[in-house]
Amino acid sequence: MSGHSTYTPSNGFTRWIDERLPIIRLSYDSFVAYPTPRNLNYWWTFGGILSMMLVVQLITGIVLVMHYTPNTAMAFASVEHIMRDVNWGWLMRYMHANGASMFFIAVYIHILRGMYYGSYKAPREILWILGVVIFLLMMATAFMGYVLPWGQMSFWGATVITNLFSAIPVIGDPIVIWLWGGFSVDNPTLNRFFSLHYLLPFVIAAVVALHVWALHVVGQNNPAGVEVKSEQDTVAFTPYATLKDSFGMAVFLVFFCWFLFYTPNYMGHPDNYIEANPMVTPAHIVPEWYFLPFYAILRSVPDKLGGVIAMFGAIAVLFVLPWLDTSKVKSARYRPLFKQFFWILVIVGCGLGYLGSQPAEGGYVIASRILTAWYFFHFLVILPVLGLVEKPKPVPESIMADVLAKNAAH
Amino acid sequence: MTMILSGSKLGRAVGAALLAMGLGFAAAPAMASEAAHGPKVEMQSWSFAGPFGRFDKGQLQRGYKVYKEVCASCHSMKLVAYRNLADQGGPGFTLDQAKALAAEIKVKDGPNDAGEMFERAGRTSDRFPSPFANDEAARAGFGGALPPDLSLIGKNRAAHRGGLSFMADPFTLYAEAGPDYVYNLLTGYVDAPHGVTCDGALQYNQSFISGSCIAMPNPLSEGMVTYDDGTKATVEQYARDVAAFLMWTAEPKLEARKSTGLKVILFLIVLSGLLYLTKRKIWANVAH
Repeated sequence: MSGHSTYTPSNGFTRWIDERLPIIRLSYDSFVAYPTPRNLNYWWTFGGILSMMLVVQLITGIVLVMHYTPNTAMAFASVEHIMRDVNWGWLMRYMHANGASMFFIAVYIHILRGMYYGSYKAPREILWILGVVIFLLMMATAFMGYVLPWGQMSFWGATVITNLFSAIPVIGDPIVIWLWGGFSVDNPTLNRFFSLHYLLPFVIAAVVALHVWALHVVGQNNPAGVEVKSEQDTVAFTPYATLKDSFGMAVFLVFFCWFLFYTPNYMGHPDNYIEANPMVTPAHIVPEWYFLPFYAILRSVPDKLGGVIAMFGAIAVLFVLPWLDTSKVKSARYRPLFKQFFWILVIVGCGLGYLGSQPAEGGYVIASRILTAWYFFHFLVILPVLGLVEKPKPVPESIMADVLAKNAAH
Repeated sequence: MTMILSGSKLGRAVGAALLAMGLGFAAAPAMASEAAHGPKVEMQSWSFAGPFGRFDKGQLQRGYKVYKEVCASCHSMKLVAYRNLADQGGPGFTLDQAKALAAEIKVKDGPNDAGEMFERAGRTSDRFPSPFANDEAARAGFGGALPPDLSLIGKNRAAHRGGLSFMADPFTLYAEAGPDYVYNLLTGYVDAPHGVTCDGALQYNQSFISGSCIAMPNPLSEGMVTYDDGTKATVEQYARDVAAFLMWTAEPKLEARKSTGLKVILFLIVLSGLLYLTKRKIWANVAH
């Protein structure tokens, strides 16, 4: 797909630049002439939406840092100062807090789209792995960001999650003390989390650049899951994909603003409006909603170390997904059994999310164990076996053939 | 907008429904769940609810009076200053009124040029005074229980309503769990049911979220605060007014937020429509 450049400088000035730093050529080849499959549906707009959300988070975050104080004695009050006294501070802070949730909604849809259409399969394994790296970095960034307002859930969430490392045999406790910078979550912890929370988004931006680079080398997958074979299969990125993505982004912004302006605390926990108090433990410590499925997996294992391994394993399994799925057919459209198991996995994931928000007792624990077992069973057993036993439906000859067949059917 | 999820039309519908359900599920605000006998918290109707919600200035002024004459004798409100009383989207006091209210208090200031602390009349830049010098002094007066700071009480308490009712909230835009709780708590002092006894100074409250017995004695009684605007001086009315006031102290920019939101969302809907039409025109002659 990264064929010959079709860019021709239109005047002397751009020619002069092109001979010295072909940056206009790079942009033209990447975002104008770049051939994109003509059959992409709206699930493919989430890549653009995610880029937009990263920019929103960076801009609002940089503004918030101008008014925030990373000190345990002042952090909570400084966030309230932003909410009350800083011009448009409430907007910046609500945009950043809800933006994080929107970022995760978009990334979960993006990941599920990749799973449904087999976007992780050859030759897109590295593209997929870079995506999982971004997902991990997002989780780390979001976790540390949630600590910064220094509310009750900030403090106790940080305590619970950093304590997980104490499950590591022998070196666990020293690691936790090293992470904290002391003997409990305290000012040094807040300061380093603040530092890293500012750093990691730029690391994310760099890995996103690699992700996009890899994408532009192998080209986009598409709903038919067949590779681009001729120019007929594609359209130019601009204006076709640009306009479609812009529309997708605008609709997503409406969704974002609905929460941002009308129910901005819906996705947060009321307890985080109580200043952190190491002497008072909340009745139930729960992480932000986007961590709940993993939190449920963590708590489903009765052994602490086992729980930690299961939780990290739930993400680690995504790294090897390209090799666990043995089917040659990419798109779930032509894999009747896989399609059903995909939706079961989605329901299992949502179920785990719900269970993660509930107390770890009684039936909730049993349900968490069943769903956790299914999660791993899906990746480690169903996917490898399915590729061998499933009889896929005939795959279209080409993208164009698929489009023509679809249009003829209408 | 056609979102292709799977081959068949039925599959699409099922897929979309599942995903919508899934997102709803995943967006569960993490709340603690209690057993079936949860606190009794009934939803109230508020002028500030919904996309067009605005505070009722008269209600906020009455609520401020209840706060000042009743709540403030035990509870602090450290995040709110007298100047806020004259802020836009608030109780609608004039700046002069706010100055007069601030001047009623004495503030310890200093040190002055001679290095001595001194007392002066309050200014609008002063925060509301705290009734106790520190948390320990407050605890000592209440058998170890600390009357919480009220600045954010409108947002940092929420009773769990159980089940999956939270999934409807993004559609109904229910965001008044805080004031609903405050109202129910203040009117929730009823006789303890058979078999429930509260130790010592604790009192039974049917709406308390952290157990059945609360350290706060029933603070309101009929006629204890005189309203100047002729509003009925009942416990329910006090509770309602002070709950609204506490929502304002927790979310002082609520009106700016909702009115900005309306403009932004309308703009984005028009923008989306135009982008959609442009996109359709561009793709019109391209098979896809």
